[in-house]
Amino acid sequence: MATRTSRFTAFDIRMIIALLVGVYGLVLTVMGLWVTSDEEIEKSAGVNINLWAGLGMLVVAAAFTGWVVIRPLGVSEEEQREAVEAADRED
Amino acid sequence: MTVLAQTDLRLDANAVDYVLLALYFLLVLGIGYLARRRVSTSLDFFLSGRSLPAWVTGLAFISANLGAIEVMGMSANGAEYGMPTAHYFWIGAVPAMLFLGIVMMPFYYGSKVRSVPEFMLRRFGKPAHLVNGLSFAAAQVLIAGANLFLLASVVNLLLGWPLWVSVIVAAAIVLSYTALGGLSAAIYNEVLQFVVIVAALLPLTIVGLYKVGGWQGLVDKVSGGPGGPEQVNSWPGNQLTGFEDNFLSVLGLVFGLGFVLSFGYWTTNFVEVQRAMAAKSMSAARRTPIIGAFPKMLVPFIVIIPGMVAGVAVTEIAGENKAALIAGDEAPSGATFNDALLLLMRDLLPNGMLGIAIAGLLASFMAGMAANLSSFNTVFTYDIWQTYIRKDRPDDYYLRVGRIITVVATVLAIGTAFIASTYSNLMDYLQQLFSFFNAPLFATFLLGMFWRRMTPTAGWAGLVSGTGAALVVFYLTESDTWVLPGQGGAFVGAGAAFVVDIVVSVAVSAVTQPKPAAQLAGLVWSLTPKEDRQHTATGEDAGWYRNPALLAGIVLVVTIALNIIF
Repeated sequence: MATRTSRFTAFDIRMIIALLVGVYGLVLTVMGLWVTSDEEIEKSAGVNINLWAGLGMLVVAAAFTGWVVIRPLGVSEEEQREAVEAADRED
Repeated sequence: MTVLAQTDLRLDANAVDYVLLALYFLLVLGIGYLARRRVSTSLDFFLSGRSLPAWVTGLAFISANLGAIEVMGMSANGAEYGMPTAHYFWIGAVPAMLFLGIVMMPFYYGSKVRSVPEFMLRRFGKPAHLVNGLSFAAAQVLIAGANLFLLASVVNLLLGWPLWVSVIVAAAIVLSYTALGGLSAAIYNEVLQFVVIVAALLPLTIVGLYKVGGWQGLVDKVSGGPGGPEQVNSWPGNQLTGFEDNFLSVLGLVFGLGFVLSFGYWTTNFVEVQRAMAAKSMSAARRTPIIGAFPKMLVPFIVIIPGMVAGVAVTEIAGENKAALIAGDEAPSGATFNDALLLLMRDLLPNGMLGIAIAGLLASFMAGMAANLSSFNTVFTYDIWQTYIRKDRPDDYYLRVGRIITVVATVLAIGTAFIASTYSNLMDYLQQLFSFFNAPLFATFLLGMFWRRMTPTAGWAGLVSGTGAALVVFYLTESDTWVLPGQGGAFVGAGAAFVVDIVVSVAVSAVTQPKPAAQLAGLVWSLTPKEDRQHTATGEDAGWYRNPALLAGIVLVVTIALNIIF
């Protein structure tokens, strides 16, 4: 049963989303702050889109992480019971 | 000409962009690997063991449809026709999705069928089942080809690989995770894809609007360009339907697109319904399309607006090029409307954001193709192989068949990719396919669910004659006997298929024997006890925010507001 629970938690799509969006946000923010040239900003109609999109993505990543912390997978009684039943059926 | 267009379109990606792209692919394959460990039965593989929460299936529901067709096709449509394209979302999707959740899902989920064709089998028996199973399988392979072609053309532009190499590499990546993890891998990836698509398109839309001077600037520029001011309002959409007359145009949109095509597509297309069937409870299954309707209302803003911006701000598509393309000629620049989004990305995005935008595009193309593959393999395995060819084998035999047929379907899709490559606006191609397959299916479903007297013979006769009617309209418009520019031909074809199907079904039912009422419980409205159509509202399904009817009401109000504003 223990391995089964950890398997559920290891595969929480919300964490994968947070990971991807978080890394994207970090890279974009760094790009926007130090790398993106004035020429490139000129090209995007004067908006430093790397910086703004990067900050936005960091917020989204934080929101998904917060969701996982507040409502972790597999804690509801119903899901626990279903997991146990599924395990019983397989055994 | 082609060579010139290719060099022009080459996106200026650098190392950072490739790293961001690589990270995405790593996670996609990782999901395939993780999902693989949870697959032990055929039901796990084909329906995710009916275990997923509603927000996951809801986003997958949208994302499965937010493929290349939607993103490239709708931005192409946005560049060509402007705001009327939003009808594909507000008239052409949202009402049907609500109908699916509220009215039809209890039958699908409640009867525990594993696919839409299996529902046909229980309701009408084998002939209708076989017709539906085969036509669905054929349609999926054709559509998967369209998705694959678009995916490959982006890889081709980006890396400069020959088109056929791109097609095969792209196919191999999609194949690896769908064959490993089955529907779970496809669905989890669809959720991730949805996030990446939004992360790619939302910044592009914002920068695009800055570029043209905000919404007012876009309205002024589009109104002043070829196509004129009617492109900035969604109604009456004459250019889209090809009807001169406003009344006929509105009628074509509401009845052809809004009713027949869209209800046919959303309520009977197994690609979509399969996502809801994977939900963990009746309540979650009913909420799936309704939750999906929330993002669906807003997607047009990040797809159509970039298309419209490209139509006025990208040199290769704006001005005389747009005029030539609308008239049906080749643009002097050699570009087509399908290139709108890529050209806009090239013009506006800096390195970094560009990598994410490319990831978003590739993500959407893979989403579409994976959805086609995962529904094709289910229908083929359960409805064709298990029902007609090899019955009563152990479950792991069918799991193996599912994996093998996924490979076969991918190979077939490589072939159909080259058919799709011959259409300049892929939306035309796809609406055409839907008018053949989905419109008659919807008529048969509607009649079969609400009219118990409808007979098994009427089931297949209606389907066959409906598809026949759509083919006749297709032939008439193709041979220019009946001239309908835009996508009007597909709308009329869908309407004809629907009407002919109903008429034939009623006529045939009148002279043949219906099934006994006992066999129709759970399949026909009047023969299903009310409590069987209800879902539980306790535990995981409790709370007003999990009430399907209430959620549907909110969606409806917002959609009507959007139609009034635009």
